[in-house]
Amino acid sequence: MAAEVEFASVPISVTVNGAKHEAAVEPRELLVYFLRDRLALTGTHVGCDTSQCGACTIHLNGRAVKSCTILAVQADGAKIVTIEGLARGETLHPVQEAFREKHGAQCGYCTPGMIMTAVDLLEKNAQPSEEEIRHALEGNLCRCTGYVNIVAAIKWAAEQMRGRNVSR
Amino acid sequence: MTTQHAPTGLIGASIRRVEDPVLITGRGRYVDDVQLPGMLHMALLRSPYPHAKIISIDTSVAKTMPGVEAVLTGADIDLNIPSPVMIPGQKIPPHPVLARGAVHAAGAPVAAVVARTRALAQDAANAIEVEYESLPAVVNAEKALEPGAPLAREELDSNICYTATKKGGDVEKAFAEADHIVRMHITSPRQVAMAIEPRGAVANPEPTGDLTVWLSVQSPHRVRADLSTALGFPEHRIRVIAPDVGGGFGSKGPLYREYALACHFALKLRKPVKWIATRSEDFVTVIQGRDQAMTSELALKRDGTMTGLKVRVVANLGAYLCSNTAGPPQRMMAMAPGCYQIRNVHVEVVAVFTNTVSTGPYRGAGRPESVLNIERLVDKAARELGIDRLEIRRKNFIRPEQFPYKTAVGVEYDSGDYERSLAEAIRLSKFDDMIRDRDQARARGELVGVGVSTFVEPSGGAGFESGTVRIERTGEITVLTGSSSHGQGHETMFAQIAAEKLRVSMDHVAIRHGDTLAIQQGVGTFGSRSAVMGGGALCLAIERVVDKARRFAAHLLEASHEDIVQTDGGFAVVGTPDKKVTWRQVAAAAYGRPLPGIEPGLQETVFYDPRREAWGFGAHVALVRIDRETGEPKIEKLVLVDDCGTMINPMIVEGQIHGGVAQGLGEAFREQMLYGADGEALTGSLIGYAVPHAENMPPLILGETLTPNPFHPLGVKGVGEAGTNGAPSAIANAVIDALAPLGIDHIDMPFTAPKLWNAIKKAEGE
Repeated sequence: MAAEVEFASVPISVTVNGAKHEAAVEPRELLVYFLRDRLALTGTHVGCDTSQCGACTIHLNGRAVKSCTILAVQADGAKIVTIEGLARGETLHPVQEAFREKHGAQCGYCTPGMIMTAVDLLEKNAQPSEEEIRHALEGNLCRCTGYVNIVAAIKWAAEQMRGRNVSR
Repeated sequence: MTTQHAPTGLIGASIRRVEDPVLITGRGRYVDDVQLPGMLHMALLRSPYPHAKIISIDTSVAKTMPGVEAVLTGADIDLNIPSPVMIPGQKIPPHPVLARGAVHAAGAPVAAVVARTRALAQDAANAIEVEYESLPAVVNAEKALEPGAPLAREELDSNICYTATKKGGDVEKAFAEADHIVRMHITSPRQVAMAIEPRGAVANPEPTGDLTVWLSVQSPHRVRADLSTALGFPEHRIRVIAPDVGGGFGSKGPLYREYALACHFALKLRKPVKWIATRSEDFVTVIQGRDQAMTSELALKRDGTMTGLKVRVVANLGAYLCSNTAGPPQRMMAMAPGCYQIRNVHVEVVAVFTNTVSTGPYRGAGRPESVLNIERLVDKAARELGIDRLEIRRKNFIRPEQFPYKTAVGVEYDSGDYERSLAEAIRLSKFDDMIRDRDQARARGELVGVGVSTFVEPSGGAGFESGTVRIERTGEITVLTGSSSHGQGHETMFAQIAAEKLRVSMDHVAIRHGDTLAIQQGVGTFGSRSAVMGGGALCLAIERVVDKARRFAAHLLEASHEDIVQTDGGFAVVGTPDKKVTWRQVAAAAYGRPLPGIEPGLQETVFYDPRREAWGFGAHVALVRIDRETGEPKIEKLVLVDDCGTMINPMIVEGQIHGGVAQGLGEAFREQMLYGADGEALTGSLIGYAVPHAENMPPLILGETLTPNPFHPLGVKGVGEAGTNGAPSAIANAVIDALAPLGIDHIDMPFTAPKLWNAIKKAEGE
């Protein structure tokens, strides 16, 4: 019965953008909807239902993951960072700055996922080649930019970060 | 990158976007981000059949499920999506918001559920039982015209929605006297727009009885009018808000069934209702693009002079007409001759119903099909006559001194210099080197081809656009535009225009759009029209505001109106720059104690209609290599020279070209919505539809020529569709050039590896 499914909630505890949240979630609730609907972190977007577009990309325990492929219950105990948690106060993350500087965003819908993926890449590889950047974006779709300025933004961000020794 | 906030030199500067700080921090507000207290969620049950009678629908279980507030089927509701008559005699079969008696395309909604959560609504929709009786289906438009073909809409006597023709000159004579006639049949693949944000609606009944609706749309005023008609609810009591919209590419132009349904439920239940499409739902319900079959004949003299053109377009409209479904095929009637002087032209468009998703405008909307048709024909003519491909183009180009040029189909092109554009593309592509390399590769048995496309692209059009400029009491400036941005950077680009023309810094200008309560009637953003139409309206409104402001300034400065000139931040007396007033002072006068002979207030609205489209143009060159063993194509060079007249923000223009090209490459190599023999949709999600990824994009070489539009206050032409219009046909010409040594002279897009491999193996076997 759907009624049982609805009310068989499971308690979870997650740290999102530095704040701890305790909640009871339905076992079938996807992490992306938990973030969006419960925590009102609507910067994480849903663009498909087959885990291909990457608009929902977040960082889970320091790794970029698609939050539509994970159940909220699986995130119990995790540390999560979303696009809203990337800037430090008024200071943007260099990748965010880069997307503005290089016109990496048009409609902005894929942008948070692109930025989260790019940050993950640059944390693992401070000096990626163009091929490595394009490969890293394999799981993120953009329909507006042809990726030209997204790739340019990530290159620019890498240069900035090497100069500044940025960490999160 | 320039960061320019000084009050001059704004038009033409690559200014960073005003929109971005919100979007890059995740604070954008898209429809799905709208959360209202007590909001309910709608889910739909859709037909898996392309064509079937509905025998019965059992909603009894769904109605008793937890959280369910309402369930409707076509038996309970008789609302239809309106579609205008575009061609006299056009057939408009019903387009019900929920199927009534039969379904005519897979994905057609059969029942709707509203429940407390998204998941509960979906659970209940899944619990609805429908019994269908399958009917024969037809999905291919040309097959739908064959005798004995199944009727896609059984209430009609044929599958033809409309037939339209356009004629100019003496076509029969041209063909009778021709030295050579080139014949061709070509199709453009059915495309999915795939805006990354799926469609969505939030409908909120206001306590006053009014209705507020957030919609992911490109044309809020048009959609509001159609929504009013569909619901039978007064237009002026509906407020449509297009908040941040995550891409559209034409697909978010019309009113969709789900929007009307969400509003219907909201009004009936007196509660807010949200509906957000899943990607899979969008695949079978959002208007799709292209899917035209073109049969053409080009008459020529032996020396390559083009004398006559006949084109017959068979266009697939799908099963149901949205407000703009009938439009794209008609583009051929204005564009068939392209950038060539062909004085005898006959175009026939046959628009056909099939049991498929409705088609409609998708980036280019008839332009890429027209360009593909003429550019492939011209290449074929060159090959058959043994004339160089560039020579035959140059010989037939409309020449710069002939503008404005009225074509054989009665359309007037404003301006152009096609030879210069081609010359620039040849220079940037190092054309001769490319040909030499191709020939050497060919001698080694490799399949390498070079393709050229020279094209025109009309922009603007579709009636008027509106612009309002309001100087507020403190001298701050508000612009209200009927254009409706969904990624194009209007808040930046229009602010550049207003700030430069009003001689203030951009910080003093706010651009407002996408809200029918705030904005005067408008049309919206599609067809590369915003810079042309919205920009034109804005320029004229600015002129009027400045003119009126000079009268207030004259009063304040005790000078004559004629002696007042604009200065940075306000006005001065000519020749006496110290005698000046700021916009703030002028505004204070405009809204202060009434002055004799001047109506108070400082706001002007313009409904701009230049009564002509703006004809941009370009030349694209592609170098393609095809792996002889695998059929895998690789684009090794792509040069894009586009001319959109004056550029307001070159960075944004380039971004538009990049995005258009990506979609053009998708069309050329990867993307196609497919149907099976029985009409079942084979493509239903991103798993089966190959949108280009970052790794699929080749390096792009962009170039430009600049031919200002003499009929526009800023000299602009549209550019949003340049990449989709020009690049696919350059690639098609390159692919056929690569395969020509095998004797292959035609393959339809998309050029997938299996398709090319099969063609190569077949040719090698012969």
